[in-house]
Amino acid sequence: MTAALELAAVRKSFGKTEIIRGVDLAIPRGERHAIIGPNGAGKSTLFNLISGRFPVSTGAIRLNGEDITRLKPFQINRKGLSRSFQITNIFHNLSVFENLRCAVLWSLGYKYSFWHRLDGLADARRRADEVLLAIGLESRRNRPAGLLTYAEQRALEIGITIAGGASVILLDEPTAGMSRSETAHVVELVRRVTEGKTLIMVEHDMGVVFGLADRISVLVYGEIIATGTPTEIRANAAVQEAYLGKEASHA
Amino acid sequence: MRYQPVNLVRWILWGLTALVMIVLPLIFTKGFAITLMSQMGIAIIFALSYNMLLGQSGMLSFGHAVYSGLGAYIAVHALNMASKGQLWMPVSLLPLVGGLAGAFFGVLFGYVTTKRAGTTFAMITLGIGELVFSCSLMFPDFFGGEGGITTNRVFGQPFLGLTFGPAVQVYYLIALWCLASMALMYAWSHTPLGRMANAVRDNPERAEFVGYDTHKVRWFTLIISAFFAGIAGALACINFEIVTAENVSAIRSGGVLFAAFIGGVTFFFGPIIGACLFVYFVVALSDHTKAWLLYLGLFFMLMVMFAPGGIASLIMMQLPVIARKRFRELLPHYARTGAAGVLVLAALVLTVEMTYKVSVDSANGTVMNLFGVEFDAASALPWLLAIALWIVGGWLFNAARRRLANAWGEIQADIAGARA
Repeated sequence: MTAALELAAVRKSFGKTEIIRGVDLAIPRGERHAIIGPNGAGKSTLFNLISGRFPVSTGAIRLNGEDITRLKPFQINRKGLSRSFQITNIFHNLSVFENLRCAVLWSLGYKYSFWHRLDGLADARRRADEVLLAIGLESRRNRPAGLLTYAEQRALEIGITIAGGASVILLDEPTAGMSRSETAHVVELVRRVTEGKTLIMVEHDMGVVFGLADRISVLVYGEIIATGTPTEIRANAAVQEAYLGKEASHA
Repeated sequence: MRYQPVNLVRWILWGLTALVMIVLPLIFTKGFAITLMSQMGIAIIFALSYNMLLGQSGMLSFGHAVYSGLGAYIAVHALNMASKGQLWMPVSLLPLVGGLAGAFFGVLFGYVTTKRAGTTFAMITLGIGELVFSCSLMFPDFFGGEGGITTNRVFGQPFLGLTFGPAVQVYYLIALWCLASMALMYAWSHTPLGRMANAVRDNPERAEFVGYDTHKVRWFTLIISAFFAGIAGALACINFEIVTAENVSAIRSGGVLFAAFIGGVTFFFGPIIGACLFVYFVVALSDHTKAWLLYLGLFFMLMVMFAPGGIASLIMMQLPVIARKRFRELLPHYARTGAAGVLVLAALVLTVEMTYKVSVDSANGTVMNLFGVEFDAASALPWLLAIALWIVGGWLFNAARRRLANAWGEIQADIAGARA
């Protein structure tokens, strides 16, 4: 079976500085995969390469066996990969419902239509309301997204990411800046909405990572030093030295 | 769920708009009024088409007159061909020709301008505007040089008794196209493309990550906007029977930005108000005073500084107050502030008009007539009156404004409290 997402010898340099130094990674369909690593390891850069935000310097990226290395973000999205952002990235002046409806329009085939009446599109409305319910923002349906609380905006961010029905979901620090109870809430949300999908997430909260991920990759200075199940990663000496040990001594 | 298949209020509003457009020329029958209203109709289409870019899609264009102007030029040539019998086309369909011409240039120029958003877009539109304007001097056969291209809208047999000779017939033609364009542009704002234009305005990056090519969203939007601009251009061609290089100039492009902005770009109906006000300023006020451009500039400055959402947002701000039956409390404050505002306005007008009289227009003597009162601008008394008006009006206005702000603040706090 081909992997949902496959990275082969991916490298990325900004000027003379090499940020990603040859990453190989294969993530099978349906897996929940976490990428951890210290600050500046290149986790967000890796996400930006996969989603087409930055072009890779060398190497190849394949989605369900298909080469997506040189595609633009919207082309990659149409092939079934969707991502969230570390810094909340929503449509601030549109209502919560409109945010979600915008996120489903392309996947339902409406493209650039100026001959359909939006309110007449029952399927778009239904799908947007389903996601609204799933992320628990029904009571905020008609509120401008810019006026939501931070936690609500993060939930909406996840909602926009999954609304289009992508099979591969990239979440960039979904619990960043959240309290303990909010974090528990988000973990539950992520588990629910990514059911049956392939999930790749960057996350700093080790509780979240070890609770949610099937497998974990550790990225240090642009290289993956280990990939394995949570148990294997906990036991890995190199990881402990490079990352977990340091974190533990800080705590 | 608050989904409503039929929105009654919306239908009533559209019905009223149509009714007003039909009835107005029956009330204001003077030739000047008909001219004014015809120009307002054209300006409404133009300003709404502009706001598809600025308000709905976040594209600040400095060259929108390119599309209305080129639409007008193609229309004037088509009209001349039709009157010579080289082309079959009724005058009432000329706006469609203008619209298609506008859309064609939208396809052409828009592909380049919409590649980028923001400042880059603004700069390229400025460049294309200058390019087209300079072409108007380089190709006199098409653009008619400095004299422009003239035409005659009356030719052939009358259709259903309509010759489009009388101005009122032209008004109704403009009104019909205006109503249709308004309805279509409103409908556009409720389509997938229209909504994605809002999304691209708010956050182009996010739009790309939900599957949309932001260049295409901007480009297609611009083509549709240019189509309606072309309709406005062709109607102007019918109305004035002349098209000159001024139609594609930066002045025209600036004017429509102005109209959309003072009306308010965040609401659909804002540019309609702005277009009417702008035409009133340009056509009516310029008949009364040489300083009309100064008043227009001052008005624009005040709007940008104190009501950046335009007149539409000032109106919409009142709705929650009215809904909670608190508007009554504000009325005396509005009346007081308005009355004091009139005093300040009088001071301004007196000062400006007297200054013009003694500086620009002194060759014709310094005796002048303002609001039916004749006086000598070189004498001391009117100047003293102006100073007194400034001081008293300014003081009263400031006091009234402060009390209004307090009352407003209290009501807003109550509304916010009731919500929480």
